[in-house]
Amino acid sequence: MGILLRRPEKASMYRRKIVVEMDLLGLESLGIVAIISVFMGAVVTIQTAFNTDHPLLPIYAVGFATRQAIILEFSPTIISLILAGKVGSRIASEIGTMRITEQIDALEIMGVNAAGYLILPKIIASMIINPALVVISIFLGIFGGWMVSAATGVVSLHNYIYGILFEFSSYDVMYAIIKTVVFAFIIASVSGYFGFYTRGSALEVGNASTKAVVFSSIYIILFNLILTQLLLI
Amino acid sequence: MIRVENVWKSFDEQPVLKDISLTFERGKTNLIIGKSGSGKTVLMKCLVGLLEADRGRIVYGDLDFSAMGYRQRRVIRKELGMLFQGAALFDSMSVTDNVMFPLSMFTTMSRKEKEMRAAFCLERVNLHGADHLQPSELSGGMKKRVAIARAISISPKYLFCDEPNSGLDPPTAILIDKLISEITEEFNITTVVNTHDMNSVMEIGDKVVYIYLGELWWVGSRHEILHTGNKELNDFVYATELMRTLKK
Repeated sequence: MGILLRRPEKASMYRRKIVVEMDLLGLESLGIVAIISVFMGAVVTIQTAFNTDHPLLPIYAVGFATRQAIILEFSPTIISLILAGKVGSRIASEIGTMRITEQIDALEIMGVNAAGYLILPKIIASMIINPALVVISIFLGIFGGWMVSAATGVVSLHNYIYGILFEFSSYDVMYAIIKTVVFAFIIASVSGYFGFYTRGSALEVGNASTKAVVFSSIYIILFNLILTQLLLI
Repeated sequence: MIRVENVWKSFDEQPVLKDISLTFERGKTNLIIGKSGSGKTVLMKCLVGLLEADRGRIVYGDLDFSAMGYRQRRVIRKELGMLFQGAALFDSMSVTDNVMFPLSMFTTMSRKEKEMRAAFCLERVNLHGADHLQPSELSGGMKKRVAIARAISISPKYLFCDEPNSGLDPPTAILIDKLISEITEEFNITTVVNTHDMNSVMEIGDKVVYIYLGELWWVGSRHEILHTGNKELNDFVYATELMRTLKK
Protein backbone atom coordinates (compact mmCIF):
# COMPACT_ATOMS: atom_id res chain seq x y z
CA MET A 1 0.00 0.00 0.00
CA GLY A 2 2.94 2.32 0.77
CA ILE A 3 4.27 1.85 -2.76
CA LEU A 4 0.90 2.84 -4.21
CA LEU A 5 0.73 6.05 -2.25
CA ARG A 6 4.18 7.37 -3.20
CA ARG A 7 4.06 10.84 -4.71
CA PRO A 8 3.18 10.60 -8.43
CA GLU A 9 5.88 11.53 -10.92
CA LYS A 10 3.39 13.73 -12.78
CA ALA A 11 -0.12 14.22 -11.43
CA SER A 12 -1.61 15.07 -14.85
CA MET A 13 -0.53 11.66 -16.24
CA TYR A 14 -2.26 9.93 -13.32
CA ARG A 15 -5.42 12.03 -13.77
CA ARG A 16 -5.55 11.15 -17.45
CA LYS A 17 -5.08 7.48 -16.62
CA ILE A 18 -7.94 7.60 -14.09
CA VAL A 19 -10.29 8.87 -16.82
CA VAL A 20 -9.12 6.15 -19.23
CA GLU A 21 -9.63 3.49 -16.53
CA MET A 22 -13.12 4.81 -15.74
CA ASP A 23 -13.99 4.15 -19.35
CA LEU A 24 -12.31 0.73 -19.57
CA LEU A 25 -13.40 -0.62 -16.19
CA GLY A 26 -16.71 1.16 -15.74
CA LEU A 27 -18.41 2.23 -18.95
CA GLU A 28 -17.45 -0.99 -20.75
CA SER A 29 -19.26 -2.89 -17.98
CA LEU A 30 -22.45 -0.89 -18.41
CA GLY A 31 -23.97 -3.33 -20.92
CA ILE A 32 -23.69 -6.43 -18.76
CA VAL A 33 -24.78 -4.51 -15.64
CA ALA A 34 -27.86 -3.22 -17.48
CA ILE A 35 -28.91 -6.61 -18.85
CA ILE A 36 -28.44 -8.42 -15.54
CA SER A 37 -30.19 -5.67 -13.56
CA VAL A 38 -33.31 -5.56 -15.75
CA PHE A 39 -33.72 -9.35 -15.75
CA MET A 40 -32.93 -9.77 -12.07
CA GLY A 41 -35.42 -7.02 -11.17
CA ALA A 42 -38.05 -8.81 -13.24
CA VAL A 43 -37.31 -12.19 -11.64
CA VAL A 44 -37.28 -10.77 -8.10
CA THR A 45 -40.71 -9.21 -8.75
CA ILE A 46 -42.20 -12.49 -10.06
CA GLN A 47 -40.65 -14.53 -7.21
CA THR A 48 -41.88 -12.06 -4.58
CA ALA A 49 -45.36 -11.95 -6.11
CA PHE A 50 -45.68 -15.76 -6.00
CA ASN A 51 -44.23 -16.13 -2.52
CA THR A 52 -46.23 -13.32 -0.86
CA ASP A 53 -49.60 -14.35 -2.25
CA HIS A 54 -51.35 -14.24 1.15
CA PRO A 55 -54.51 -12.34 2.20
CA LEU A 56 -52.73 -10.76 5.21
CA LEU A 57 -49.99 -9.26 3.06
CA PRO A 58 -50.78 -6.12 1.06
CA ILE A 59 -50.25 -6.40 -2.69
CA TYR A 60 -47.90 -3.40 -2.69
CA ALA A 61 -45.49 -5.53 -0.59
CA VAL A 62 -44.26 -6.95 -3.92
CA GLY A 63 -42.93 -3.54 -5.00
CA PHE A 64 -41.61 -2.83 -1.51
CA ALA A 65 -39.74 -6.18 -1.28
CA THR A 66 -38.37 -5.81 -4.81
CA ARG A 67 -37.03 -2.34 -4.00
CA GLN A 68 -35.43 -3.41 -0.74
CA ALA A 69 -33.86 -6.54 -2.26
CA ILE A 70 -32.44 -4.57 -5.16
CA ILE A 71 -31.12 -1.61 -3.15
CA LEU A 72 -29.78 -3.49 -0.14
CA GLU A 73 -28.29 -6.62 -1.68
CA PHE A 74 -28.75 -7.28 -5.35
CA SER A 75 -27.27 -4.10 -6.84
CA PRO A 76 -24.33 -3.48 -4.48
CA THR A 77 -23.31 -7.07 -3.77
CA ILE A 78 -24.29 -9.18 -6.78
CA ILE A 79 -23.21 -6.52 -9.28
CA SER A 80 -19.91 -6.16 -7.40
CA LEU A 81 -19.41 -9.93 -7.57
CA ILE A 82 -20.06 -9.81 -11.31
CA LEU A 83 -17.60 -6.92 -11.64
CA ALA A 84 -15.07 -8.92 -9.60
CA GLY A 85 -15.23 -11.52 -12.37
CA LYS A 86 -15.22 -9.14 -15.32
CA VAL A 87 -13.06 -6.26 -14.10
CA GLY A 88 -10.90 -8.25 -11.64
CA SER A 89 -9.75 -10.74 -14.26
CA ARG A 90 -9.10 -7.90 -16.69
CA ILE A 91 -6.94 -5.98 -14.21
CA ALA A 92 -4.94 -9.06 -13.11
CA SER A 93 -4.33 -10.32 -16.64
CA GLU A 94 -3.43 -6.85 -17.99
CA ILE A 95 -0.89 -6.14 -15.24
CA GLY A 96 0.32 -9.77 -15.16
CA THR A 97 1.01 -9.68 -18.91
CA MET A 98 2.87 -6.39 -18.47
CA ARG A 99 4.96 -8.08 -15.78
CA ILE A 100 5.97 -11.15 -17.81
CA THR A 101 6.69 -9.09 -20.96
CA GLU A 102 9.01 -6.78 -18.97
CA GLN A 103 6.79 -3.70 -19.49
CA ILE A 104 6.75 -3.17 -15.71
CA ASP A 105 10.55 -3.43 -15.62
CA ALA A 106 10.65 -0.82 -18.40
CA LEU A 107 8.52 1.54 -16.28
CA GLU A 108 10.70 0.96 -13.20
CA ILE A 109 13.90 1.64 -15.12
CA MET A 110 12.46 4.90 -16.47
CA GLY A 111 11.95 5.95 -12.85
CA VAL A 112 8.16 5.49 -12.85
CA ASN A 113 6.56 4.01 -9.73
CA ALA A 114 5.01 1.12 -11.69
CA ALA A 115 2.70 -0.07 -8.88
CA GLY A 116 1.41 3.44 -8.31
CA TYR A 117 0.99 4.23 -12.00
CA LEU A 118 -0.70 0.96 -12.91
CA ILE A 119 -2.81 0.13 -9.84
CA LEU A 120 -3.73 3.41 -8.10
CA PRO A 121 -5.65 4.91 -11.07
CA LYS A 122 -7.61 1.64 -11.37
CA ILE A 123 -8.54 1.76 -7.67
CA ILE A 124 -9.62 5.41 -7.84
CA ALA A 125 -11.50 4.89 -11.12
CA SER A 126 -13.34 1.85 -9.72
CA MET A 127 -14.26 3.70 -6.53
CA ILE A 128 -15.76 6.51 -8.61
CA ILE A 129 -17.45 4.56 -11.42
CA ASN A 130 -18.76 1.46 -9.59
CA PRO A 131 -21.18 3.42 -7.35
CA ALA A 132 -22.52 5.09 -10.51
CA LEU A 133 -23.00 1.64 -12.06
CA VAL A 134 -24.81 0.46 -8.95
CA VAL A 135 -27.17 3.44 -8.92
CA ILE A 136 -27.95 2.73 -12.60
CA SER A 137 -28.44 -0.94 -11.66
CA ILE A 138 -30.94 0.04 -8.93
CA PHE A 139 -33.02 2.06 -11.39
CA LEU A 140 -32.86 -0.65 -14.06
CA GLY A 141 -33.72 -3.40 -11.54
CA ILE A 142 -36.82 -1.51 -10.43
CA PHE A 143 -37.63 -0.83 -14.07
CA GLY A 144 -37.33 -4.57 -14.80
CA GLY A 145 -39.91 -5.26 -12.08
CA TRP A 146 -42.22 -2.60 -13.50
CA MET A 147 -41.82 -4.05 -16.99
CA VAL A 148 -42.70 -7.58 -15.90
CA SER A 149 -45.63 -6.28 -13.89
CA ALA A 150 -46.94 -4.47 -16.94
CA ALA A 151 -46.34 -7.47 -19.20
CA THR A 152 -47.70 -10.29 -17.00
CA GLY A 153 -49.93 -8.54 -14.47
CA VAL A 154 -48.39 -10.38 -11.46
CA VAL A 155 -49.03 -7.12 -9.63
CA SER A 156 -50.86 -4.02 -10.83
CA LEU A 157 -48.63 -1.11 -11.83
CA HIS A 158 -50.34 1.13 -9.29
CA ASN A 159 -49.57 -1.29 -6.43
CA TYR A 160 -46.03 -1.89 -7.70
CA ILE A 161 -45.21 1.83 -7.79
CA TYR A 162 -46.91 2.40 -4.42
CA GLY A 163 -44.73 -0.37 -2.93
CA ILE A 164 -41.59 1.09 -4.53
CA LEU A 165 -42.29 4.47 -2.88
CA PHE A 166 -43.56 3.03 0.43
CA GLU A 167 -41.43 4.17 3.40
CA PHE A 168 -38.46 4.94 1.16
CA SER A 169 -35.33 5.83 3.10
CA SER A 170 -32.45 7.52 1.27
CA TYR A 171 -30.09 5.97 3.83
CA ASP A 172 -30.64 2.61 2.09
CA VAL A 173 -29.16 4.05 -1.11
CA MET A 174 -26.31 5.58 0.88
CA TYR A 175 -25.70 2.13 2.46
CA ALA A 176 -25.57 0.58 -1.03
CA ILE A 177 -23.10 3.20 -2.23
CA ILE A 178 -20.82 2.82 0.83
CA LYS A 179 -20.74 -0.95 0.31
CA THR A 180 -20.00 -0.52 -3.41
CA VAL A 181 -17.09 1.85 -2.75
CA VAL A 182 -15.54 -0.69 -0.36
CA PHE A 183 -16.13 -3.53 -2.83
CA ALA A 184 -14.63 -1.46 -5.67
CA PHE A 185 -11.50 -0.91 -3.60
CA ILE A 186 -11.30 -4.66 -2.91
CA ILE A 187 -11.74 -5.64 -6.57
CA ALA A 188 -9.12 -3.23 -7.96
CA SER A 189 -6.53 -3.61 -5.20
CA VAL A 190 -6.71 -7.42 -4.84
CA SER A 191 -6.64 -7.93 -8.63
CA GLY A 192 -3.86 -5.36 -9.03
CA TYR A 193 -1.83 -7.13 -6.36
CA PHE A 194 -2.12 -10.56 -8.00
CA GLY A 195 -1.32 -9.09 -11.42
CA PHE A 196 1.66 -7.10 -10.20
CA TYR A 197 3.28 -10.03 -8.44
CA THR A 198 2.85 -12.48 -11.33
CA ARG A 199 6.02 -14.42 -11.98
CA GLY A 200 6.88 -16.76 -14.83
CA SER A 201 4.95 -17.42 -18.02
CA ALA A 202 1.53 -16.95 -19.62
CA LEU A 203 0.25 -19.84 -17.49
CA GLU A 204 0.94 -17.76 -14.38
CA VAL A 205 -1.07 -14.87 -15.83
CA GLY A 206 -4.06 -17.22 -15.99
CA ASN A 207 -3.45 -18.34 -12.41
CA ALA A 208 -3.14 -14.73 -11.24
CA SER A 209 -6.40 -13.88 -12.97
CA THR A 210 -8.21 -16.80 -11.34
CA LYS A 211 -6.81 -15.97 -7.90
CA ALA A 212 -7.83 -12.32 -8.34
CA VAL A 213 -11.46 -13.29 -9.02
CA VAL A 214 -11.61 -15.89 -6.24
CA PHE A 215 -10.03 -13.72 -3.55
CA SER A 216 -11.95 -10.58 -4.58
CA SER A 217 -15.23 -12.54 -4.35
CA ILE A 218 -14.34 -13.99 -0.94
CA TYR A 219 -13.39 -10.56 0.44
CA ILE A 220 -16.58 -9.05 -0.97
CA ILE A 221 -18.73 -11.70 0.76
CA LEU A 222 -16.80 -11.24 4.00
CA PHE A 223 -16.98 -7.44 3.95
CA ASN A 224 -20.65 -7.61 2.97
CA LEU A 225 -21.33 -9.34 6.27
CA ILE A 226 -19.17 -6.90 8.26
CA LEU A 227 -20.63 -3.78 6.60
CA THR A 228 -24.21 -5.03 6.96
CA GLN A 229 -23.60 -5.53 10.66
CA LEU A 230 -21.97 -2.10 11.02
CA LEU A 231 -24.30 -0.01 8.86
CA LEU A 232 -27.75 -1.53 9.24
CA ILE A 233 -27.91 -2.91 12.75
CA MET B 1 31.02 6.12 -16.98
CA ILE B 2 29.80 3.28 -14.78
CA ARG B 3 32.01 1.60 -12.18
CA VAL B 4 31.20 -1.82 -10.81
CA GLU B 5 33.15 -2.53 -7.63
CA ASN B 6 33.36 -5.98 -6.01
CA VAL B 7 29.78 -6.92 -6.73
CA TRP B 8 28.41 -10.18 -5.31
CA LYS B 9 24.96 -11.61 -5.87
CA SER B 10 23.47 -14.92 -4.72
CA PHE B 11 20.13 -16.65 -5.06
CA ASP B 12 19.26 -19.19 -2.35
CA GLU B 13 22.87 -19.06 -1.16
CA GLN B 14 24.02 -20.01 -4.66
CA PRO B 15 26.48 -17.32 -5.86
CA VAL B 16 25.64 -16.02 -9.32
CA LEU B 17 28.03 -13.05 -9.41
CA LYS B 18 31.39 -13.37 -7.67
CA ASP B 19 33.39 -10.26 -6.91
CA ILE B 20 32.82 -8.50 -10.24
CA SER B 21 34.81 -5.28 -10.72
CA LEU B 22 34.91 -3.43 -14.02
CA THR B 23 34.34 -0.11 -15.74
CA PHE B 24 32.01 0.77 -18.60
CA GLU B 25 33.33 3.75 -20.52
CA ARG B 26 31.46 6.70 -21.94
CA GLY B 27 31.06 6.98 -25.71
CA LYS B 28 31.84 3.29 -26.12
CA THR B 29 29.74 0.22 -26.75
CA ASN B 30 30.56 -2.09 -23.84
CA LEU B 31 29.56 -5.71 -24.37
CA ILE B 32 28.94 -8.29 -21.65
CA ILE B 33 29.22 -11.75 -23.15
CA GLY B 34 28.99 -15.22 -21.70
CA LYS B 35 27.12 -18.49 -21.92
CA SER B 36 23.49 -18.74 -20.86
CA GLY B 37 23.39 -18.92 -17.07
CA SER B 38 26.78 -17.25 -16.65
CA GLY B 39 25.26 -14.31 -14.76
CA LYS B 40 25.33 -11.57 -17.39
CA THR B 41 21.59 -10.81 -17.14
CA VAL B 42 21.83 -10.71 -13.34
CA LEU B 43 24.75 -8.28 -13.68
CA MET B 44 22.72 -6.05 -15.98
CA LYS B 45 19.71 -6.16 -13.63
CA CYS B 46 22.00 -5.15 -10.76
CA LEU B 47 23.35 -2.29 -12.89
CA VAL B 48 19.90 -0.84 -13.53
CA GLY B 49 18.60 -1.54 -10.03
CA LEU B 50 16.06 -4.25 -10.89
CA LEU B 51 18.07 -6.48 -8.53
CA GLU B 52 20.09 -5.44 -5.50
CA ALA B 53 23.67 -6.63 -5.21
CA ASP B 54 24.41 -8.46 -1.93
CA ARG B 55 27.79 -6.73 -1.66
CA GLY B 56 29.80 -4.19 -3.63
CA ARG B 57 29.03 -0.85 -5.28
CA ILE B 58 27.69 0.39 -8.57
CA VAL B 59 28.73 3.96 -9.29
CA TYR B 60 27.26 6.17 -12.04
CA GLY B 61 29.72 8.99 -12.67
CA ASP B 62 30.43 10.06 -9.10
CA LEU B 63 27.12 8.86 -7.65
CA ASP B 64 26.97 5.63 -5.64
CA PHE B 65 23.79 4.04 -7.04
CA SER B 66 23.95 1.14 -4.55
CA ALA B 67 23.75 3.46 -1.55
CA MET B 68 20.84 5.49 -2.87
CA GLY B 69 17.24 5.30 -1.73
CA TYR B 70 14.20 5.08 -4.00
CA ARG B 71 13.80 8.86 -4.47
CA GLN B 72 17.49 9.49 -5.14
CA ARG B 73 17.62 6.67 -7.65
CA ARG B 74 14.76 8.20 -9.60
CA VAL B 75 17.09 11.05 -10.60
CA ILE B 76 19.57 8.60 -12.14
CA ARG B 77 16.84 6.43 -13.62
CA LYS B 78 15.68 9.38 -15.71
CA GLU B 79 19.10 9.24 -17.35
CA LEU B 80 18.81 5.55 -18.19
CA GLY B 81 17.42 4.04 -21.35
CA MET B 82 16.93 0.32 -21.74
CA LEU B 83 16.23 -1.95 -24.67
CA PHE B 84 14.72 -5.22 -23.47
CA GLN B 85 15.04 -8.59 -25.16
CA GLY B 86 11.35 -8.57 -26.09
CA ALA B 87 11.32 -4.75 -26.65
CA ALA B 88 8.78 -4.30 -23.78
CA LEU B 89 6.69 -1.77 -25.67
CA PHE B 90 3.47 -0.73 -23.94
CA ASP B 91 0.74 -2.75 -25.68
CA SER B 92 -1.99 -0.21 -25.07
CA MET B 93 -0.11 2.64 -26.77
CA SER B 94 0.71 3.42 -30.40
CA VAL B 95 4.31 3.66 -31.59
CA THR B 96 4.35 7.46 -31.17
CA ASP B 97 2.76 7.28 -27.71
CA ASN B 98 5.37 4.71 -26.65
CA VAL B 99 8.19 7.02 -27.71
CA MET B 100 6.50 10.05 -26.15
CA PHE B 101 5.78 8.29 -22.83
CA PRO B 102 9.05 9.22 -21.01
CA LEU B 103 8.67 12.79 -22.28
CA SER B 104 5.07 12.99 -21.03
CA MET B 105 6.07 11.60 -17.66
CA PHE B 106 9.22 13.60 -16.98
CA THR B 107 9.16 16.79 -19.02
CA THR B 108 6.91 19.81 -19.38
CA MET B 109 7.06 19.74 -23.18
CA SER B 110 3.93 20.63 -25.11
CA ARG B 111 2.15 17.97 -27.18
CA LYS B 112 3.60 19.48 -30.36
CA GLU B 113 7.16 19.42 -28.98
CA LYS B 114 6.77 15.82 -27.83
CA GLU B 115 5.48 14.77 -31.24
CA MET B 116 8.43 16.49 -32.92
CA ARG B 117 10.90 14.78 -30.61
CA ALA B 118 9.21 11.38 -31.17
CA ALA B 119 9.32 11.93 -34.93
CA PHE B 120 13.05 12.78 -34.69
CA CYS B 121 13.78 9.63 -32.66
CA LEU B 122 11.77 7.41 -35.00
CA GLU B 123 13.54 8.99 -37.96
CA ARG B 124 16.88 8.33 -36.26
CA VAL B 125 16.12 4.59 -36.01
CA ASN B 126 14.98 4.59 -39.66
CA LEU B 127 11.37 3.81 -38.89
CA HIS B 128 9.05 5.53 -41.32
CA GLY B 129 5.26 5.48 -41.52
CA ALA B 130 4.74 3.39 -38.40
CA ASP B 131 3.76 6.25 -36.06
CA HIS B 132 0.16 5.22 -35.54
CA LEU B 133 0.65 1.44 -35.52
CA GLN B 134 0.15 -0.61 -32.36
CA PRO B 135 3.05 -2.80 -31.09
CA SER B 136 1.12 -5.94 -32.11
CA GLU B 137 1.27 -4.75 -35.73
CA LEU B 138 5.09 -4.49 -35.80
CA SER B 139 7.75 -7.03 -36.78
CA GLY B 140 10.46 -8.04 -34.28
CA GLY B 141 13.02 -5.68 -35.83
CA MET B 142 10.56 -2.76 -35.88
CA LYS B 143 9.70 -3.35 -32.21
CA LYS B 144 13.40 -3.19 -31.31
CA ARG B 145 13.78 0.05 -33.24
CA VAL B 146 10.78 1.61 -31.52
CA ALA B 147 12.24 0.50 -28.17
CA ILE B 148 15.56 2.19 -29.07
CA ALA B 149 13.66 5.33 -30.10
CA ARG B 150 11.82 5.29 -26.75
CA ALA B 151 15.09 4.76 -24.89
CA ILE B 152 16.82 7.73 -26.57
CA SER B 153 13.78 10.05 -26.53
CA ILE B 154 14.73 11.52 -23.17
CA SER B 155 18.42 11.87 -24.14
CA PRO B 156 19.81 9.30 -21.71
CA LYS B 157 23.40 9.28 -20.49
CA TYR B 158 23.34 5.49 -20.17
CA LEU B 159 21.86 2.93 -22.56
CA PHE B 160 21.40 -0.73 -21.60
CA CYS B 161 20.51 -3.38 -24.16
CA ASP B 162 19.57 -6.91 -23.12
CA GLU B 163 20.17 -9.30 -26.03
CA PRO B 164 19.14 -6.66 -28.57
CA ASN B 165 19.24 -8.90 -31.62
CA SER B 166 17.83 -12.15 -30.26
CA GLY B 167 15.12 -13.55 -32.52
CA LEU B 168 16.10 -11.36 -35.46
CA ASP B 169 17.32 -12.41 -38.89
CA PRO B 170 21.07 -11.69 -39.51
CA PRO B 171 20.67 -8.51 -41.63
CA THR B 172 18.18 -6.99 -39.14
CA ALA B 173 20.38 -8.05 -36.21
CA ILE B 174 23.37 -6.24 -37.77
CA LEU B 175 21.17 -3.20 -38.46
CA ILE B 176 20.15 -3.04 -34.78
CA ASP B 177 23.77 -3.51 -33.66
CA LYS B 178 24.99 -0.72 -35.91
CA LEU B 179 22.18 1.54 -34.75
CA ILE B 180 23.19 1.03 -31.13
CA SER B 181 26.84 1.72 -31.95
CA GLU B 182 26.01 4.87 -33.97
CA ILE B 183 23.74 6.25 -31.27
CA THR B 184 26.42 5.61 -28.64
CA GLU B 185 28.97 7.67 -30.56
CA GLU B 186 26.54 10.34 -31.76
CA PHE B 187 25.10 11.11 -28.30
CA ASN B 188 28.31 10.24 -26.41
CA ILE B 189 26.52 7.88 -24.00
CA THR B 190 27.68 4.89 -21.98
CA THR B 191 26.20 1.82 -23.62
CA VAL B 192 26.17 -1.65 -22.08
CA VAL B 193 25.00 -4.53 -24.25
CA ASN B 194 24.29 -8.01 -22.99
CA THR B 195 24.73 -10.62 -25.72
CA HIS B 196 26.01 -14.06 -26.65
CA ASP B 197 26.06 -13.29 -30.34
CA MET B 198 29.60 -13.26 -31.74
CA ASN B 199 28.42 -11.23 -34.76
CA SER B 200 27.54 -8.41 -32.37
CA VAL B 201 30.90 -8.73 -30.67
CA MET B 202 32.76 -8.39 -33.94
CA GLU B 203 30.52 -5.58 -35.24
CA ILE B 204 30.27 -3.21 -32.29
CA GLY B 205 32.35 -4.44 -29.32
CA ASP B 206 34.52 -1.46 -28.32
CA LYS B 207 35.04 -3.12 -24.97
CA VAL B 208 34.18 -6.76 -24.37
CA VAL B 209 33.70 -8.33 -20.94
CA TYR B 210 33.50 -12.12 -20.69
CA ILE B 211 31.66 -13.55 -17.67
CA TYR B 212 32.24 -17.20 -16.88
CA LEU B 213 30.33 -18.96 -14.08
CA GLY B 214 29.64 -15.62 -12.38
CA GLU B 215 33.26 -14.45 -12.49
CA LEU B 216 34.90 -11.77 -14.58
CA TRP B 217 37.07 -13.93 -16.83
CA TRP B 218 38.39 -11.65 -19.53
CA VAL B 219 38.28 -7.97 -20.60
CA GLY B 220 39.49 -6.66 -23.96
CA SER B 221 38.47 -5.34 -27.37
CA ARG B 222 36.86 -7.13 -30.33
CA HIS B 223 40.24 -7.19 -32.04
CA GLU B 224 41.93 -8.94 -29.11
CA ILE B 225 39.20 -11.52 -28.52
CA LEU B 226 40.19 -13.65 -31.52
CA HIS B 227 43.78 -14.01 -30.35
CA THR B 228 43.42 -14.69 -26.65
CA GLY B 229 44.88 -17.80 -25.12
CA ASN B 230 42.06 -18.07 -22.60
CA LYS B 231 40.62 -21.58 -22.98
CA GLU B 232 37.09 -20.88 -21.70
CA LEU B 233 36.80 -17.76 -23.84
CA ASN B 234 38.10 -19.59 -26.91
CA ASP B 235 35.52 -22.33 -26.33
CA PHE B 236 32.85 -19.61 -26.34
CA VAL B 237 34.20 -17.64 -29.31
CA TYR B 238 34.87 -20.67 -31.50
CA ALA B 239 31.75 -22.63 -30.54
CA THR B 240 30.31 -22.41 -34.06
CA GLU B 241 31.58 -24.12 -37.19
CA LEU B 242 31.68 -20.77 -38.95
CA MET B 243 34.08 -19.26 -36.41
CA ARG B 244 36.27 -22.39 -36.40
CA THR B 245 36.48 -22.26 -40.21
CA LEU B 246 37.38 -18.57 -40.09
CA LYS B 247 40.08 -19.31 -37.52
CA LYS B 248 41.66 -21.90 -39.80
